[in-house]
Amino acid sequence: MSTAAASAAPAAFLSALSARLGAHRVLTEREDILPYGFDGTAALKQLPAAVAFPATTDDVAFCLRLAREHRRPVVTRGSGTGLSGGSLPLAGSLVLCLAKMDRILEVDAANLTLRAEAGAITQKIYEAADAAGLFYPPDPGSMKISTIGGNVAENSGGLRGLKYGVTRDYVMGLEVVLADGSVCWLGSKCVKDVAGYNLRDLFVGSEGTLGVVTQVLLKLLPKPAARQTLLATFTAMDAAAAAVSAIIAAKIIPCTLEFLDQKTLRCVEDFAKVGLPRDAAAILLIETDGHPAAVADEAEAIEKLCAAQGASSVKRAATPAEAVQLATARRSAFSALARLRPTTILEDVTVPRSELAGMIRAVEAIAQKHQLNIATFGHFGDGNLHPTILTDERDHAEMHRVEAAFADIVEETLKRGGTITGEHGVGLAKKPFLKRQLGDQSYELLRLVKRALDPEGLLNPGKIFD
Amino acid sequence: MHCGMCLPTCPTYDETKLERHSPRGRIALMRAIGDGELEVTKSFGEEMYYCLGCLACTTACPAGVDYPKLFETARAEVERQGVLDSPKRDFIRWFAVRFLFTRPRLLRLVGRALYLWQASGLQAMARRSGLTNLLPPDLRRLEPQAPVIQRRFSHQLIRPVERPADAPAVSTAPLRRVAVLTGCVQDLAFADVNRATVDVLLANGCEVHTPPVQPCCGSLHAHNGDLGSARELARRQLDLINPDDFDAIISNAGGCGSHLKTYGHLLHDDPVYAARAAAWDKKLKDIHEYLVSIHFRRPLGTPSPSSAPSTDLAPARTITYHESCHLCHGQKISAQPRAILRAIPGLELRECAESSWCCGSAGIYTITQPETAERLQHRKVGHVLATGAEIVATANPGCHLQLENGLRAACAPTVSEPASPASPPIVTHPVVLLARAYAAEAAASPRRSIHGT
Ligand SMILES: Cc1cc2nc3c(=O)[nH]c(=O)nc-3n(C[C@H](O)[C@H](O)[C@H](O)COP(=O)(O)OP(=O)(O)OC[C@H]3O[C@@H](n4cnc5c(N)ncnc54)[C@H](O)[C@@H]3O)c2cc1C
Repeated sequence: MSTAAASAAPAAFLSALSARLGAHRVLTEREDILPYGFDGTAALKQLPAAVAFPATTDDVAFCLRLAREHRRPVVTRGSGTGLSGGSLPLAGSLVLCLAKMDRILEVDAANLTLRAEAGAITQKIYEAADAAGLFYPPDPGSMKISTIGGNVAENSGGLRGLKYGVTRDYVMGLEVVLADGSVCWLGSKCVKDVAGYNLRDLFVGSEGTLGVVTQVLLKLLPKPAARQTLLATFTAMDAAAAAVSAIIAAKIIPCTLEFLDQKTLRCVEDFAKVGLPRDAAAILLIETDGHPAAVADEAEAIEKLCAAQGASSVKRAATPAEAVQLATARRSAFSALARLRPTTILEDVTVPRSELAGMIRAVEAIAQKHQLNIATFGHFGDGNLHPTILTDERDHAEMHRVEAAFADIVEETLKRGGTITGEHGVGLAKKPFLKRQLGDQSYELLRLVKRALDPEGLLNPGKIFD
Repeated sequence: MHCGMCLPTCPTYDETKLERHSPRGRIALMRAIGDGELEVTKSFGEEMYYCLGCLACTTACPAGVDYPKLFETARAEVERQGVLDSPKRDFIRWFAVRFLFTRPRLLRLVGRALYLWQASGLQAMARRSGLTNLLPPDLRRLEPQAPVIQRRFSHQLIRPVERPADAPAVSTAPLRRVAVLTGCVQDLAFADVNRATVDVLLANGCEVHTPPVQPCCGSLHAHNGDLGSARELARRQLDLINPDDFDAIISNAGGCGSHLKTYGHLLHDDPVYAARAAAWDKKLKDIHEYLVSIHFRRPLGTPSPSSAPSTDLAPARTITYHESCHLCHGQKISAQPRAILRAIPGLELRECAESSWCCGSAGIYTITQPETAERLQHRKVGHVLATGAEIVATANPGCHLQLENGLRAACAPTVSEPASPASPPIVTHPVVLLARAYAAEAAASPRRSIHGT
């Protein structure tokens, strides 16, 4: 579709949309749609033709049928915090924003499930479960604003991934609207359910390219009885990586095992003022949870292991409030890095945990080679690193070096049996590298699935692959 | 950086769930203008005035984006290009921003007239007789919200220089010299807060200077796109009070204090005033911030109801605290007012949900965006009433009025509940309570000596 033809949406399309949703739920004015021209990813922007706010699943089905009739690409959007350009509009596209479908529909304490509309905010889901004495573990850094639909579409991780897994591990059922407007329920409240293909999981991590998620049925856990947060300080990055390996080798699975290098921890401290040691080369934020006795044992063992790997100090959070403060501070890491340079481009590579120390060193070498400022933090327990290049998108020469550095980081990752993305998705940002990781035949299989479910290629086209 | 961490803290985004009504969206629009992708349009202008300017986003922003600066610049540009101009708006702006709030003596004259209107019973008569129904709809809505003007203004309650008379406990320490800023609305409607501010400073061994006629600080002007007047008022303020003469310059209104601390930036390229403005910023302190920094003296004892100077506050025990946006987000002062309230004997502080969420007052927002202002007022009043507290403390005259009006309306008898309406919580400023606690101490001391020391 040529951009000129595409960007001006035909009046018939827009008036049919407004007639169904109400004029106030369809935005086309520049001032209204400009703020939907980007997501959380740096240096990407593109205006859509219109932004629509469906109120019901039927509205979503209507929008998809109408878009199909008019051959309009549809980009589904939650809160636009994605970090791979997933909800970046295409020229001429309709952005389907689910932010107003944000109700929590049911907390079922008998079956330990929660059902919510896809636009519900992750934090609200956590709070609704918490209020019922239950626990929804996945806690991406963006949880105060990300939508559960976005979490499902990216299969987001969080700080508790090591012990509790990622979003996928909590999705029991999904309501999905397909490209032709048909509405399907995939999954159920049953703990065991092998009726037919597991299509529910196909939609987890599908980045809005296979259908629109409108409802999510989530698994909840009982709330852990006790928690203890620890902060370990290191004078060398290697030592921190070695401590992580030692903890895991000792068969301890903490709930959280987060890493921040010096640049990151200083930015975080500047913002959050929680007393992080500014002179440390690296810190580990560790949390253990569960039965009080087990928590006490694990905390002690972790302290010893960190000390043995040369931690200069290991402190315990004195109160639950202090623990929450530390976790909240950690969640601000990516955004806080923008204090140093205007553009922050972060990677999401993940390696088998035994490769962590080597990968950290490789990133340092790459930063030197390309003369770039790279800060690293990440979900160390998951082997998930976020090397973040601090740069300025207006400096074209530097941006070339940034690209070259990314290619090198990907190279290193794949060499170590890693993956190009642990949790942020392929979107636009990782698209060029996907084929290399998957190999020709797996890559073709993905496209086959896409063609089967979206034969006209109208759902978030150009994301993941072309 | 456009991570969206500010979205959940933005009251207007929360209301509408539309990106343009969020800090991230507004900055995107400003940037589009900067990049030549958008003109300064009427719609853009309206957006800049739909923003409350509550600055909750600055507290949430890990990246440290300087929203206040962007926002003031954007509003100034909207005014410069005149995209919102209309005869009515132009007149109101000229009258309030340019005329009234640049002339402190005139403002007091208007205040005096308003006082006479209210105190003489004319206002009540006009309301009873339905005369107020003749007002145009906008004014009719605003009339009951107007502040109740006090009988005496700050200069009639406070001498230009006051020294601690009998404060033996602190007489050995060197005297601190401080200047107190009396504000505009604070001066007319809450001069007692200014008096209390002076009292608590005296009780903590300060020599207090309070110039009787003070210019407006200019925050109204800066927040409403008139940076020229804001600069002029800042210069007048600097002419009146030389920061080098004082240990601290004290503000007791969150909104004013937040702006007063930015004179350095406002006048950074002023050849004459830049240095003095920078010095001023360092000396400017919010009253709570200052009291905590000098380790204010905790009042002694438990005031008995009979010893309290005013009966309205005497029996109250439970209190909640509403944070003025420009105190907590603008100045990041959140713990200090609570520390003061906790230090007052006989008060039990009950935290209120969303204590740092804007009450909708936001300068002149109740006039410019009445519907949103009212929804925020309801939300706030609901949380306050849910605490069951008998007193609400807050440290900004706009919030004070907004709370008082909202609570009065919420507790008024209704058709469905005509009988026994609950009496609304009393709204006051933390320093008023602290001043009373110090006063109660003095009143109680003879008795203490009878019981023997
Ligand atoms: C500060 C910050 C911290 C972050 N921390 C983490 C972290 O710790 N772990 C992590 O995994 N991610 C993290 N992220 C990335 C991001 O927040 C997640 O990917 C999140 O799940 C996106 O949610 P969203 O609602 O903003 O979705 P959007 O960004 O709006 O969309 C993301 C993708 O999902 C698709 N999509 C959205 N809703 C639907 C739906 N209902 N149906 C179908 N497709 C849909 C979109 O088309 C797009 O491809 C972070 C981001 C930021 C800005």
